[in-house]
Amino acid sequence: MTDLEKFNDKIANNIKIEPKDWMPDDYRKHLQRQMSQHAHSEIIGMQPEGNWVLRAPTMRAKVILLAKIQDEAGHGLYLYSAAETLGKSRDTYIEELQTGKAKYSSIFNYPTLSWADMGAVGWLVDGAAIVNQVSLQRTSYGPYARSMVRICKEESFHQRQGYEIIATLAKGTPKQKEMAQDALNRFWWPSIMMFGPHDADSYRSSNAMEWKIKLESNDALRQSFIDKTVPQAELLGLTIPDPDLKWNEERGSYDFGEINWEEFWNVVKGNGPCNKQRIKHHVKAHENGKWVREAANAYAKKQKEIKKAS
Amino acid sequence: MELKDALIQYSLRIADSSLILGQRMAEWCSNGPTLEEDIALSNISLDLFGQSRMLLSYAADLKGNDESEDTLAFHRNEREYFNCLITELPNGHFGDTIVRNFFFDAYCYHLYNALKESKDETLAAFGEKSLKEVTYHLRHNSEWIIRLANGTEESINKIKQSVIDIWPYTGDMFAMDEVDELLIEKSIAIDLNTIKSKWNNTIKEVFERANLEVPSIDVYMQTGSLKGIHTEHLGHMLGEMQYIPRAYPNMEW
Repeated sequence: MTDLEKFNDKIANNIKIEPKDWMPDDYRKHLQRQMSQHAHSEIIGMQPEGNWVLRAPTMRAKVILLAKIQDEAGHGLYLYSAAETLGKSRDTYIEELQTGKAKYSSIFNYPTLSWADMGAVGWLVDGAAIVNQVSLQRTSYGPYARSMVRICKEESFHQRQGYEIIATLAKGTPKQKEMAQDALNRFWWPSIMMFGPHDADSYRSSNAMEWKIKLESNDALRQSFIDKTVPQAELLGLTIPDPDLKWNEERGSYDFGEINWEEFWNVVKGNGPCNKQRIKHHVKAHENGKWVREAANAYAKKQKEIKKAS
Repeated sequence: MELKDALIQYSLRIADSSLILGQRMAEWCSNGPTLEEDIALSNISLDLFGQSRMLLSYAADLKGNDESEDTLAFHRNEREYFNCLITELPNGHFGDTIVRNFFFDAYCYHLYNALKESKDETLAAFGEKSLKEVTYHLRHNSEWIIRLANGTEESINKIKQSVIDIWPYTGDMFAMDEVDELLIEKSIAIDLNTIKSKWNNTIKEVFERANLEVPSIDVYMQTGSLKGIHTEHLGHMLGEMQYIPRAYPNMEW
């Protein structure tokens, strides 16, 4: 058997591909792109939530939110390590993020404008991410699949945290309910855009499906998120901002309105409300920390020399 | 002064210091020099918030009425906050944060170690629990002091300046008044004079390993926290922290 045949055989038999296994270049490249994008999303995603940590309205909410953001930093770290097994360093991945060569989830280019947005982000954004990540637990690359198993456990806790915030507001005073509805209005469409273009327009999906990196299509995942979320909104007494949303008895699913793809592609291309701000923030923190990293390296080097000398 | 009032005041001082430093540390979220350090700084922040909640709740219970950890955190003004001045100092650069926290950690370490023996059960339990956490904070920040002070020329210069800038706020941590006197007599509070020499030793020890000079004890020290007289920084912190409960009073979150 050739290397490629062995690889294809493993994929066909659902045997995980491991870092030392031979893999096609394009398979490796696809995973480097997807896994680093996933890691970047965790890290950039810290910013819109970090925006409310200092202003959380109760001590309990503050601690839960900060712990959640810390989890995300941990997920990022974990995913960078998993992505490094593909033969590219974290530094390189980060450079690609900062120079715009790599992307992250566009959802984080939307601003968080009220406390209710912390609810919407947890409920909708983490909710959408879970649908995607649960599916990725079965992805063909071993380190990626294992990191998803671990991450999914914490994500479901995050989603509950978000739902709790939005539920408290939805059941609160008229002002609070208005705040919750406003957050839903702003985050609904960007959340369903998180699943990417329609299958017919998604040029990257085809190989990824053959290789079993991706197990379900964008549209299938989006539909499953919508079907899961609409009843939750009804339970909360909130209105999904889509006049075309309607239960389709025949399909056993909700029909929904047309996504604004012009907005989607513009945010992807860097024209969203916060694209520049998010990257600037990341670059600034990185630059401010440069002297610290240099000092730590210099110290470690000196310690090594001392050890050597003795 | 009634014993209960003294106990409330004493608890608030410790709770406020943890809360305000916790809030400062939360500012580091997504701003750390490495991802690993970002996580460590959030960890410290979470520990501090946890400590503060324990004693805010205790003070609220003692006060009675409808007081809670949240009314105390979000509905007191600057003059009603009693955190040590050092905890409200801005983060500055990473070295400033490390030096500020190191001075404060060393103080907490010795204070909580002694507080474990307090005759007040809650304070003793608080000392027990918090000592574990602050031991880690102290180690984390001591290691950074040593690293930065033996790193590059830039880091050495920076850390030396941080020490000079922050030192004058260390005296305030050891100030005492009639609250302390009353509670020391009952074996509830700790005589901070006994903490001070231990604190000095810890600073000396770590600074020796870092090749840093301990500043003179004759430096004129800033004070005021016991009376709720703060730096200009605290008002801005509270303005941000208390914004929602103040803008939307009487609501559940």
